[in-house]
Amino acid sequence: MTRRLPIAKMFAVTLVLTALISVVMVPIRWNGQGASTAAGPIDTLTDVMIVLSAFVFSLVMVMLFYALWKFKAKPGDESDGEPIHGNTRLEVAWTLIPTIIVLFGAGYSWAVLEDIEDPAENPLKVQVFSQQFAWSFGYPGKGEAFSEGELHVPLDRQVHFKMHALDVIHSFWVPEWRIKKDNVPGITTTAIVTPNKPGTYQLICTELCGFGHATMRAKVVVEPAAEFRKWVAGLKRKVPAPLMEAVVQDTEANPLPLGPGGA
Amino acid sequence: MTAAIKRPGWTRAALGTVLAAAFGFGLVIVLRAISGLDVFQTEQTGHPHIVVPLVTGPLGFLAGFGCFDYWLRWAAGMPTIPEDHSQHGATSWRDYFRFNTDHKVIGIQYIVTTFFFFFLGGLLAMLVRAELAQPGSQIVDPSTYNGLFSTHAVLMIFVFVIPVFAGIANYVLPLMIGAPDMAFPRLNALSFWMLPLAGLLFIGAFLAPGGAFDTGWTGYAPLSTGAPLGQSFFNLGVQFAGASSIATALNFLVTIITMRAPGMTFWRMPLLVWANLSTSLLVVAATPFIAGAQFMVLFDRAIGTQFFEFAGGGDVVSYQHIFWFYSHPAVYIMMLPGFGIISEVISTHARKPIFGYRLMALALIGIVVLSYSVWAHHMFVAGMFSWLRVPMMITTLLIAVPTGIKIFSWLGTLFYGKIHTYSTAMLFALAFIVTFTIGGISGVMLGMVPIDIHVSDTYFIVAHIHFVLFGGSVFTIFAGIYHWFPKMTGRMYDEKLGRVHFWGTLLGTWGTFIPMHWVGMDGMPRRVADYATQFGDWNLLISVFAFMLGAAQLVFLYNMVVSWRYGPRADANPWRANTIEWQVSSPPPIFNFDEIPRVVGGPYEFGVPGARHAIMGGEGAEVKKPEPTVVGST
Repeated sequence: MTRRLPIAKMFAVTLVLTALISVVMVPIRWNGQGASTAAGPIDTLTDVMIVLSAFVFSLVMVMLFYALWKFKAKPGDESDGEPIHGNTRLEVAWTLIPTIIVLFGAGYSWAVLEDIEDPAENPLKVQVFSQQFAWSFGYPGKGEAFSEGELHVPLDRQVHFKMHALDVIHSFWVPEWRIKKDNVPGITTTAIVTPNKPGTYQLICTELCGFGHATMRAKVVVEPAAEFRKWVAGLKRKVPAPLMEAVVQDTEANPLPLGPGGA
Repeated sequence: MTAAIKRPGWTRAALGTVLAAAFGFGLVIVLRAISGLDVFQTEQTGHPHIVVPLVTGPLGFLAGFGCFDYWLRWAAGMPTIPEDHSQHGATSWRDYFRFNTDHKVIGIQYIVTTFFFFFLGGLLAMLVRAELAQPGSQIVDPSTYNGLFSTHAVLMIFVFVIPVFAGIANYVLPLMIGAPDMAFPRLNALSFWMLPLAGLLFIGAFLAPGGAFDTGWTGYAPLSTGAPLGQSFFNLGVQFAGASSIATALNFLVTIITMRAPGMTFWRMPLLVWANLSTSLLVVAATPFIAGAQFMVLFDRAIGTQFFEFAGGGDVVSYQHIFWFYSHPAVYIMMLPGFGIISEVISTHARKPIFGYRLMALALIGIVVLSYSVWAHHMFVAGMFSWLRVPMMITTLLIAVPTGIKIFSWLGTLFYGKIHTYSTAMLFALAFIVTFTIGGISGVMLGMVPIDIHVSDTYFIVAHIHFVLFGGSVFTIFAGIYHWFPKMTGRMYDEKLGRVHFWGTLLGTWGTFIPMHWVGMDGMPRRVADYATQFGDWNLLISVFAFMLGAAQLVFLYNMVVSWRYGPRADANPWRANTIEWQVSSPPPIFNFDEIPRVVGGPYEFGVPGARHAIMGGEGAEVKKPEPTVVGST
């Protein structure tokens, strides 16, 4: 009694729809300009997810609108549908196939994560201090050179930002770098970034920190190593003593017992 | 006058509130005076002379209102008031304003109260969007702005979405399982009356010195432990909302487990019942964690404990672990009952049995189990142990599987059905499938650590939670309200207005929340009163759609109010549904059933010749041996 469904046709329409959505959506740079080595892998992962999502969305749409078109009751039709209670093969399929897809996504994400957090040999360590509602930075050198509201980093060298929050939680985000990390009072957290495009960017606080949260920004300059060294050498101030306390009490210096990284 | 004071009710409640608040106030003053402290401590986090009355006052209200009368008499060995059912049922609107133990009255009390807070929270959202319509400062200063969006979220989550589901289930669930009432009717009434108190505490924070709580609904320490007095209102409001939620969940669990009509095995329960069973399991185990988290913040603020003060050896990140251990399951608390509603609506209006009923029920249980193991996906950039991110990512992505099962099973239910779309409930149910799929997809993307590192705490998050909470939960709430409106009120609503509401809501939701994904990925952080000018055009568009979304809700309000009063009379079963609540009159009789029905088959046996779900009292003679029900196979 059950008419066969045009499964091949429905699947074909799903694929066409997926292709259409992907063709429109993949070329758009959703995450904006990229300016670190993390941007490439993260943007590629985003694009892969867009294509997979387009497929899932198209499948749901095709099924929904086919059903609405084919099985809509005619006016005055008070009869019931066909008493189908399920189909074990289908149910197993839509349990297993999504499981495989999400496990693939998890594995892929894990690989990307390892990739973007892979520590390089000789990173530059920059101290980040955040407080309501300003950023300041310490650079290694003769003592610790100190700058307020402006962060400079050299091009193409991995930077380990050691972050210290002085009052409440803040979060360090440079959208072009794709990297974000909370600054947490009492502990040191680390963000790993390798800037690969010179230019001027914005550091944005992304954790609600009070009435000045929206304006808690700092200028970020990525420049060739020589210029960076010159800029640091020109800094007159040293990191103030109270801020140095946080640097010295680096909680990451005593690795957490549960695993490497500890951040 | 003395009679009015002795009798439970509003007079005694007012008196109880004043006396208990005065007692709390006096206690603080006296204890501080004896201890040689300043009588009034007015540091912004302190104010014990206000915080303690905020605890005692509401308790005094509940006692005065009569919530504890029966239990106290019983505990004191006094003669309890004979069970004359004077507190049961409603014959006039006044009966909705007193301590009433009828689950149907309580259901309506819940729904009306929560929708009051929905419109209030919606108004706050409109103010938020007015401020964000252009970059720069429009109508409020940044501090007030933080209070607006925090209160918006808190009202919507704690006194709208979570309790409105309790309200709908309160009304429908006992009828559905053939029970005369909930298992603990007095506890049920107490649960309800704690809810407006929670809402009033949340709103009352606007009057506190320093303004409303402005640390987001998440109230992360140490921002919250140092925030002005309004934060304490939030800490305490959550206690009342949480206690209400836990008591109701216990009530549902006992009701569902012990009070099903004869013949209603677990595998014959409608999926709404399964959904509320699952939700209640989440509520009873998870809600104490947010209660604990908020007490710890309150104690840090008021009595100098240092749970989250790093200077005193506290741990800042632990607040987030405790908070999210509740608040992630909470998103399923806000979604599973909606899944139940959608199953009822789709099966009824497609005239077909639910596809894969058992797997649907098992998927709910699967979500319950998995949802306890995903909380730290809110903390991928929070500075927690980095190793915890990958296992939490895997469980987070896996939870998409049972959710996907539900989506595909609803679609499967539509195939070979006779789909009727005349009901606004069905329109919302179908739109829910589309919108929730989008919310699920963005959820999977957020579950992936590298993507989350970039978009965490941006407008992408705002977009995602509104797609799942508005496009998800609220759509199912509308579906449920339209579906059971005839049952609850005995009247039909206007389908034309329903359709205007539906299309306005659907387009408003998409127009408002889709562009938020884009600006978030492109670099706009969330919870900001001001933003870079490059996002100006998109935000203006978002605001325009948001106002349209808000306006559509007024159509709903008008439709509900006018139809309740003047709508045409509804039949017992206008949708020709099978479940038991439709087999009694609309509205149902005061004790639901003259004779408890007998359940003889599954709840969705559309199209099965001769199949019945339940045999109602008084028709026992015509019973034939029921067809064996085959579930889960073709």
